[in-house]
Amino acid sequence: MRTTEIAIIGGGPAGLRAAISAASMGAKVTIIERNENLGGQLVKQTHMFFGSQKQYASTRGIDIAEILLKDLDKYKDRIEIMTNATVLSIFEDGVISIEQDDKYLKIKPQSVIVTTGASEKFLAFPNNDLPGIYGAGAVQTLMNVHGVAPGRSVVMVGAGNIGLIVSYQLMQAGIEVKAILDASPRIGGYLVHASKIRRMGIPILTSHTVKYAHGTDKLQKVTICQLDEKFQQIPGTERDIETDVLCISVGLSPLTELLWQAGCNMKYIPELGGHVPVRDKDLQTSIKGVYVAGDVAGVEEASSAMVEGRLAGLCAAKALGHATADFEELHNDCIEQLNSLRSGHVGEKIRKGLEQVAM
Amino acid sequence: MRIKEHPILSFSKGRKVQFTFDGKAYEGYEGEPIAAALHAAGVMVLGHSHDKQRPRGFYCAIGNCSSCLMVVNNEPNVRTCTEPLKEGMVVETQKGKGDLR
Repeated sequence: MRTTEIAIIGGGPAGLRAAISAASMGAKVTIIERNENLGGQLVKQTHMFFGSQKQYASTRGIDIAEILLKDLDKYKDRIEIMTNATVLSIFEDGVISIEQDDKYLKIKPQSVIVTTGASEKFLAFPNNDLPGIYGAGAVQTLMNVHGVAPGRSVVMVGAGNIGLIVSYQLMQAGIEVKAILDASPRIGGYLVHASKIRRMGIPILTSHTVKYAHGTDKLQKVTICQLDEKFQQIPGTERDIETDVLCISVGLSPLTELLWQAGCNMKYIPELGGHVPVRDKDLQTSIKGVYVAGDVAGVEEASSAMVEGRLAGLCAAKALGHATADFEELHNDCIEQLNSLRSGHVGEKIRKGLEQVAM
Repeated sequence: MRIKEHPILSFSKGRKVQFTFDGKAYEGYEGEPIAAALHAAGVMVLGHSHDKQRPRGFYCAIGNCSSCLMVVNNEPNVRTCTEPLKEGMVVETQKGKGDLR
């Protein structure tokens, strides 16, 4: 059977950073990526990132993917890359099974870092499955990666950062954004994004939701309504907006199937997007040798996913005997960066969630 | 609809290829997802729900949600949002769960 020291499941920002850091310590790494290309969802992020220089602030996501791939290339003698390869299972004895190009493969790593990311949440309302209703990430992929417009006009549900950023990107692509709705009485995203949107004349309707979608085989219009302070629909406040695209941006939930299968101790933490694994300070789960990093460990930002990836890579490599003299220094640097990204008011929810999964 | 002008992005596409969808001829770019080529040509309905046969479109675009399953070159349950388009592909609407060959 094929072997490796560290298998990394998922080649997005967390997985790539984990591979780079583990390989820089001297470990032999195998990245297993479901898609044809590495980079995960960075490849559709045309906006500039926040954070500090260490997390590539002011750099566009698409360019960060390029930087990571260049860093990866420095260690190419120690990093094996499998693309078009979907991990199907993690067995009790640590064997991982993979489907690649219609072939069934098995690989036995000494440890594994799961960086599978997250998937988009859905919203319940009548006719929510009509073509023309998309997840916000899908709209980004379609227009920013493939250069195809989702439609003529858009109503966005969700005024968090993703909803605001994607609305701006839609306008850049020449598509009209008719309104942004959010069930909450306050805008969830950063003020800098919201101000940019408002300057472009797009109404942000807080305490509003979608009540009904209309159309036969594709979306034609939506009925929206106002919500009271208990998030209940207020009768008589309904109004229709004609649109061929409704974009749902109501958060993400971690893609944890493999962690459940591996037997990791999981907890339901709404602040982190759903069920997530409990983990120690090295990002090791309750199963020895199974590490996590990025959105699968709790939905956050790509910036923190990359730092978590670096941390998990360092720790997994060290546990296999690849200690370097500056390990403590590098480890502390990761912890400090994470603390800084999660500081202040914006990090409050994440901090509250993480407190409940610390092992 | 293809985006022709963009302030920060340029789209490098593969060569133009021909494919069919439910017997009709279509054109797209090699390597782009089948669903993106269909979408650009105005085809919004991709998959169908198993139980009530409700039409389904593009939802997640990254192979997670199963909304875009179609029959491609006789193989059912292909995720057309991630499957790269190739010259001469035969794409068909799938109704039901598809049969194992």
